[in-house]
Amino acid sequence: MTSESSTAVKEPEPTPDFDVDKHESIGLRIQHVLHGNPVLGPLAVLVVAIIAFSIVNTRFFSAPNLSLVLAQVTVIAVLGLGQTLIILTAGIDLSVGAVAVFSSILMANFATKLGVPGILALVLGLICGTAMGALNGFLVTRVKLPPFIVTLGTLTIFFSLNSVVSKSETVRGSDMPSLMTWTGTTIPIGGFRLTYGSLIMLLLFAYFFYALRSTAWGKHVYATGDDVESARLAGIRTSRVLFSVYTVAGLLYAVGGWILIGRLASASPNVGTDYNLDSITAVVLGGTSLFGGRGSVIGTLIGALIVGVFRNGLQLGGVEVVWQGFAIGLLVLVAVSLDQWIRKVKT
Amino acid sequence: MTATTTQTPVLQAKGLTKRYGRVTAIESGDLELYPGEILAVIGDNGAGKSSLIKALSGALVPDSGEIYLDGQRVHFRNPMEARDAGIETVYQTLAVSPGLDIADNLFLGREERKPGVLGSVFRMLDRGHMRSEAKRHMSELGIGTLQNIGQAVESLSGGQRQAVAVARSAAFGSKVVILDEPTAALGVKEGNRVLQLIRDVRDKGLPVILISHNMPHVFEVADRIHIQRLGRRATVITPKSHSMSEAVAIMTGAAEPPPPVA
Repeated sequence: MTSESSTAVKEPEPTPDFDVDKHESIGLRIQHVLHGNPVLGPLAVLVVAIIAFSIVNTRFFSAPNLSLVLAQVTVIAVLGLGQTLIILTAGIDLSVGAVAVFSSILMANFATKLGVPGILALVLGLICGTAMGALNGFLVTRVKLPPFIVTLGTLTIFFSLNSVVSKSETVRGSDMPSLMTWTGTTIPIGGFRLTYGSLIMLLLFAYFFYALRSTAWGKHVYATGDDVESARLAGIRTSRVLFSVYTVAGLLYAVGGWILIGRLASASPNVGTDYNLDSITAVVLGGTSLFGGRGSVIGTLIGALIVGVFRNGLQLGGVEVVWQGFAIGLLVLVAVSLDQWIRKVKT
Repeated sequence: MTATTTQTPVLQAKGLTKRYGRVTAIESGDLELYPGEILAVIGDNGAGKSSLIKALSGALVPDSGEIYLDGQRVHFRNPMEARDAGIETVYQTLAVSPGLDIADNLFLGREERKPGVLGSVFRMLDRGHMRSEAKRHMSELGIGTLQNIGQAVESLSGGQRQAVAVARSAAFGSKVVILDEPTAALGVKEGNRVLQLIRDVRDKGLPVILISHNMPHVFEVADRIHIQRLGRRATVITPKSHSMSEAVAIMTGAAEPPPPVA
């Protein structure tokens, strides 16, 4: 008997690899899957939300309403894209809304008060936004201040300059060259109306999805956010990577400002205070880690859509505006808790 | 013994000094590394071994003294210049990026782009080529079958991470590989694997400088042992000429250093 059992033990055991999964609880298995595919969680939330709101109000899943949701989400998504790049490097940008709005005010004033041709006004506005991002980058990499402090300072400065330049006046879209408001014009696709702004937004996401995944720059962004000292010792010029990220983010915010003009059909200095937190919300809901090095731009797009779908769906469901913020806040806390849980995965 | 006095050292330091205010880190630091050898550098804390190594890897610019690589005088102002000259250093912290996979880490900072327009205009990385190259480098050191090349480094054990860092230095180091305390954080089994890895690097033709506190490891793997004491080279011994306790005695100043062996 004993000899039989001992020979049985000698049989080569299967290598303990993924077979382990079979013995895991459903919770653990979900944890593993989400660890490998961090976008799945936010995607599931988005799909469930869309189905739920469609059941509550049949108007939700109609082409005109979905067109509206996408148009509403576009600016936040573009700002969230820039914010994602910065958060991937373990930074944070509080000046995002200020840069976007100030850029839009500059474009509008170049085109109206200074009478600069539309295309030139646009380019100048984009350059100014890029320069604002570069200033953040300079302060972070050269003066070596923490990004939170840097962007808190520039947030205040840019909003102040914004008031000075605009004299707190709104520039009407009808007074501007048509290029300024072009981002708000639509392409009909069946009953769905896609704005050019949304199209630009989708192209930007496609581009940065590619740049982060398939270029050396993308790898360096992740490596810098993951562990800056290791990245430096591996030969990456981390200061240069950080500076490029803040500068590119500034350009993206300025593009966001341009899309904002199209969306509002005006350039107003008094919007955008919510954009800072909304963009961070989109990034966090999308599963990007505030500690850097983990996350994706696709997650941010989904995160922005979640915010838009919740705002719109709650409104259609008759929930008061004041409670919408409550729901979004709750969602953020759930998302961050989920992220913490996924991180604890045993490998 | 592969090293003889007739050979030109691959890497040589002559009279390096480095002072921080009134503190002298290296006082006339000398070192010779010969082709095909593993040279261990040992010394008590504050003996100046890390400053000496930093000077050789470009992480520190000495106040005076000379460094020769293959008989040519070199000046390293930063680690990149030493790397470009063919000196690869594996730092104690490993300098790997946990979130990236093995292939990405091997090529970190030295990524290869696709040929043609895809690479030049779209800057697309040649992931397939980098992966197959990474696999080749890993298997050259007998660690190819150990893991999936697309696996994130954070999912590897300490020894496996060390293996990735060593494979990277062996893959790109054309002249010298410097290893700073490679077995310090490892268990017995993994430590032994890394020692074998160090021998494999040497057998590949790359001379190795090994900084370690672990005397059994030093005596197991080193061809010669450079003992640093009070900012200068006390002597050079071999594992055959001296015992571990003798080495420790020289290191701590309890025994007179014998004349260098090579």
